[in-house]
Amino acid sequence: MLHAAFLIPLFPLAGFAVLALAGRRLGNPVAGWLGTAMVAASFVVTVIVFAGLFQQAPAHRSFDQTWWTWFSVDRLHVTAGILVDPLSMTMALFVTGVSTLIHLYSIGYMEHDPQLPKFFLYMNLFVSSMLLLVLGGNLVMTFLGWEGVGVCSYFLIAFWFDRPSAASAGKKAMIFNRIGDAGFLVGMFLVYERTGSLQYTTVFSRLGHVSGASLTAIALLLFLGAVGKSAQLPLYPWLADAMEGPTPVSALIHAATMVTAGVYLMCRINPILFRAPDAAHTVAIIGAVTAFLGATIACAQNDVKKILAYSTISQLGYMFLAAGVGAYVAAIFLMLAHAFYKALLFLGAGSVIHAMNDEQNTKLMGGLRAVMPITWITFLVAWLAIGGVPPLAGFWAKGDVLLNAYGFSPWLYALGALTAVLTAYYIGRCYMLVFSGNARWVEARASGDGHGAVVSHASTPPASGHAQEEADTSNPNVSHERVSQRELHPHDPAWVMTVPLVVLAVCSFVGGIINLPFHPNLVFLERWLDPVVSRSLFNHHFGAGTQVLFACVDAALAVLGVGLAIALWRSAVDRPEVEPTFLQRAWFIDFGYDRLIARTSTVFAAFTSAVVENRVIDGAVNGVAGLFRSGGGVLRKVQTGYVRNYALGVMAGLVVLLAYVVSRSVS
Amino acid sequence: MSVPASFYLTLSAVLFTIGAIGLLVRRNVLVMFMCVELMLNAANLAFVTFARELNDVAGQAAVFFVLVVAAAEVVVGLGIIVAIFRRRVGATADDIHVLKG
Amino acid sequence: MIASLLGALVGSVASSGAFSIPHIDYTAILPELILIGGALLMLAAGALSVRHLPTFAYTVLSAAAGVAALVSGIVLWEKIHGKGRPFTAIAHALSIDGFSTAFVILSACVIIVSSFIADGYLRREGIAGPEYHALALLGASGAMFMAAANDFIVIFLGLEIMSIPLYVLAAMDQRRAESGEAGMKYFVLGAFSSAIFVYGIALTYGATGSTNLAQIAGYLANNVSTNDGLLLAGMGLVLVGFLFKIAAVPFHMWTPDVYQGAPTPATGYMAAIAKVGGFAALLRVFFSTFHSLTATWQPVLWVVAVLTLVLGAVLGLVQRNVKRMLAYSSINHAGFILLGLQAASASGISASLYYVFVYAFLVLGSFAIITVIGRRGDRDHAIESYRGLARSHPMLALAFAVLLLAQAGAPFTTGFLGKLYVVEAAVQSHSYALAVIAMLTGAVAAGFYLRVVFVMYGQGSGAGARADDGAGVGAGVGSAAVPGEALAGHPELAMASAPGGALEVAPGGAGGAVASGATATAGTLVAAPTEPDAGETAPAGAGGAPSPARALPFDLAPTTAVGIAVTVLFTVVLGIWPGPLFAFVHAASLLF
Repeated sequence: MLHAAFLIPLFPLAGFAVLALAGRRLGNPVAGWLGTAMVAASFVVTVIVFAGLFQQAPAHRSFDQTWWTWFSVDRLHVTAGILVDPLSMTMALFVTGVSTLIHLYSIGYMEHDPQLPKFFLYMNLFVSSMLLLVLGGNLVMTFLGWEGVGVCSYFLIAFWFDRPSAASAGKKAMIFNRIGDAGFLVGMFLVYERTGSLQYTTVFSRLGHVSGASLTAIALLLFLGAVGKSAQLPLYPWLADAMEGPTPVSALIHAATMVTAGVYLMCRINPILFRAPDAAHTVAIIGAVTAFLGATIACAQNDVKKILAYSTISQLGYMFLAAGVGAYVAAIFLMLAHAFYKALLFLGAGSVIHAMNDEQNTKLMGGLRAVMPITWITFLVAWLAIGGVPPLAGFWAKGDVLLNAYGFSPWLYALGALTAVLTAYYIGRCYMLVFSGNARWVEARASGDGHGAVVSHASTPPASGHAQEEADTSNPNVSHERVSQRELHPHDPAWVMTVPLVVLAVCSFVGGIINLPFHPNLVFLERWLDPVVSRSLFNHHFGAGTQVLFACVDAALAVLGVGLAIALWRSAVDRPEVEPTFLQRAWFIDFGYDRLIARTSTVFAAFTSAVVENRVIDGAVNGVAGLFRSGGGVLRKVQTGYVRNYALGVMAGLVVLLAYVVSRSVS
Repeated sequence: MSVPASFYLTLSAVLFTIGAIGLLVRRNVLVMFMCVELMLNAANLAFVTFARELNDVAGQAAVFFVLVVAAAEVVVGLGIIVAIFRRRVGATADDIHVLKG
Repeated sequence: MIASLLGALVGSVASSGAFSIPHIDYTAILPELILIGGALLMLAAGALSVRHLPTFAYTVLSAAAGVAALVSGIVLWEKIHGKGRPFTAIAHALSIDGFSTAFVILSACVIIVSSFIADGYLRREGIAGPEYHALALLGASGAMFMAAANDFIVIFLGLEIMSIPLYVLAAMDQRRAESGEAGMKYFVLGAFSSAIFVYGIALTYGATGSTNLAQIAGYLANNVSTNDGLLLAGMGLVLVGFLFKIAAVPFHMWTPDVYQGAPTPATGYMAAIAKVGGFAALLRVFFSTFHSLTATWQPVLWVVAVLTLVLGAVLGLVQRNVKRMLAYSSINHAGFILLGLQAASASGISASLYYVFVYAFLVLGSFAIITVIGRRGDRDHAIESYRGLARSHPMLALAFAVLLLAQAGAPFTTGFLGKLYVVEAAVQSHSYALAVIAMLTGAVAAGFYLRVVFVMYGQGSGAGARADDGAGVGAGVGSAAVPGEALAGHPELAMASAPGGALEVAPGGAGGAVASGATATAGTLVAAPTEPDAGETAPAGAGGAPSPARALPFDLAPTTAVGIAVTVLFTVVLGIWPGPLFAFVHAASLLF
């Protein structure tokens, strides 16, 4: 049954093909159910293969499945095939599982969108690419998936492309990812140049012959790819803008799966990172700083999806911190836990946004606890999970990361611990603003009665992310009026949307059991991943006492954050003292990029467009084209249509040819 | 009295050239086609000459093939020419030049 | 009485010992015999049947003969492969080797595909009778003989067996004066070139004492004859004969007129089979027989290749008739194939062989689509007829776009690989200038391929024609043609709207073509014309809806659709998965 592994990416691909050919005819909601069924089938196959792998002895849990030789040039032989091992199957399992739930949710969420078949078309292509990415047996296959998820992300961010902000967010994501992809590509070339192969198994077996400097360069270049894909410093701003996409997309691509591809890549190349400690330290430091930075920014955002986006950046930072210090199991553990609770947060936010008629500003919500009980409960679980309150999944996963960070460097631990408090706090702030307090949307409706029944498909967002906050804070009435354009009766959504919420909430609650630290028999994940990462795992053993002490500290930090959030936001809506402008504007980093890079390059592009492109290149191209055209015009006159002229052509050629050969024979 | 082979070959070359030039200068399709026949027969003459020089029958056998092919070409060629010029007066090749450029 | 006389004559000759009847290995020429037999059977059936048999019956018969020839060709291939070495047959007149068998297999493929393609045309135009298919079968058998010939006389016979049916096919459409003109021009010039060819054989025979290719090669290997005027003149004349058949400049001038005038499916067939036969013999004679004279013919081919490449590309650029444009495009392709021979290396021959394979399918498919778009009467070949095709017939436009982009050398198609391999061979033999020129002309030629693609996928207004020209040429000159660029150049597909347009565009891109092309081309091609605009949202452009100039609908027969689908699939599948064909071609050129 292990050989069925090839079906895992094939099912969503088949769904994509069917939707591409007949999506419109299937229509809404059949196309949605088809897409969901394909992903669910993939999940079932994954479970079967996973179970099959589990029955094998640990030493035999890794094998290459080669489909065919993709291309073969000189020494370079690239096969199309996958690598089935505990790491890739773990990834595939959670990708297909979470994807199934989010596809199901999307059927409800996109219910009224006429473009639903297209949405599921992209979603299925995304899942297929993501599975190719995690299962790929060589760097080229991984890169294929890497680019596939990139392009799907672009399509889905810009899904509502008639909004300029969505179109530009899509482009932004594409450009930031391009920078990273360049690193990935060059890293891949370097891997081939140094080891003569791109197959993971072969590459890892030849690392002994590669110099340390090369390995560092390879690791850093691939890390650059990971930085772009996983939105780490300095390539993170695209993720906040990516929230322009439909909320299920944010949940699936920009929280649970695609953005974790960078972390996966770091875990996959763990033998390289192990031999390149400098690169690994860089990964850890960038991860820790990003975690802190993302958390601070999240503390001051008002848009519910922006809060979650910066939270994702922060959580990914934690994962890189873990991978950088060599705690790959902790990284994967946190990735799984994060997939559950962050998907849950996004889907909960999606339900809220749905109920609020596409309003995303938390300051205009409040009091939804009473009217949306299921969403409320599940969101609460997610908050406590991400905040690290025991015994939810986040507590164990984050505790694992922090413990390993401490063993590596107390400074990184301190930064991580501070971030943990902030994490519990900012999601708490979000929770308080949305679910408790006064129902501010009721006031809004009351003041806005009498407006026409003009229902816009979505609120018209301003051109860019930070501009939106400006607009929202400076002139809230605009938003008030927008909300009031339609009668609001917020309620829990239909079962297709609540079922995923509940399932994910359960996972977020009990997810910690896959890797409990108390006893060697309970660390299931660690033992499972052992064949892949054991040789590069960071070996720092702590006594049971230390572990318990750290667990207590973690719990205290979480409770501190939660308490802070409740204390500060139970009754207040605006607290400018804890929402400083520089945090609302995300440390002005995006603004700086805009001024320094975007503006200057725009000016440069304008110059090249006006002068180089129009005068030089177009001139040359048009000149050459004109030359050929006029040359053709002259030459075609030779083609007179008279047979004897054609015979003359043959004759002339014959005479010249004969003259040439005769001259050869004479000389 | 034996005629040197070079005489035959020269004659053959002359015939070939006459045929080629005739094809270039004549306007009547039938005459042009006759010129092609002249060229083929120039080749036949060369074949026979060489066969005698080399004392090899293969060259003479080749002539039969060329003759047969020439006959087949005549059949098809005349068919085409008749089909085209059925609706026209005369058989002037230059009248037909719709296709050009 | 005559019979008894003849019997006595034959008896006396046979008993005299001057002639010995050679052993005839019928299995060695089975593919040719099958095709000729099929043609004769068809003609007999046509003559003897009381009521006219339906056209489809002849199509089936023709395709069946093609399949049988293909099977026997493959059997032959296995036989050679099993023996591990080639052999000669019928008193060394035929050389049965991997090279010849590869061309036999290709000819059989051409006949199968082309009989499907012709079926729709014949039924649309109401042309009854077996003639078209019978002539096509005979022509293909001629090409096979040319490929297998080991004797100049056999090459000549094959050449004529191939050419004479082609003359008739070109002149077949009685209702169009152009067709007769094409037949006349092709015939007069073809006969002229045949005469030159025969004279070349005669001179070569005189210089070497044999018409057998192996014996000539043996003679040349044992005698220093690089300055033998007779031999070199003979070789030159033979070369002219070949270059005429493959339409190399300056012996190409018949090509555009004949391709334009001939009935369109016949054009496709002619373009494929004449190049197959011509190149089969040309490659064999010059690479193998005249190998010791390489230093003499290589510069000639260099010049001819350059002229062919440049003239084909440049003159294609100024055409407004798509058929004529593709005629010049096929001249350009001939230049590319000559590149491999000019390299005079094993890899060059292998590359040329590969290119001929690729080209045959491309040109068959392209002309099949032109047949469909030419509508009843076979007259609508102006580029304007293609305007807005993507909206009215998406699958047909997609298929044509794939074939054109493949001809332009877009990656993930066989066309790209063909160009890559010949240029690689040229570089390996240090013909750098030629390689560069070839690539430049490829870029120029991409201009006119892309122009058609632009027109098909463009807006409906006629005013955009000139702009399309500029864009096509610009894109072509600026870079090697990539589908993405072709589409990106279009304003309606600007970056911001790409996600929205992507569903429509996705099948047009290289990747999408695989998915949709592989699974549904055949089915949807048939379905597409019956429900125009199905599943297509008309872009709200200023150009408005396309206004088809002609009221006549396209008539896409299922058989033609199958033919087109086969060529598209061949192009795309083997473009993405090149291994099998390349391995086959490589093995074929090794068993030379």
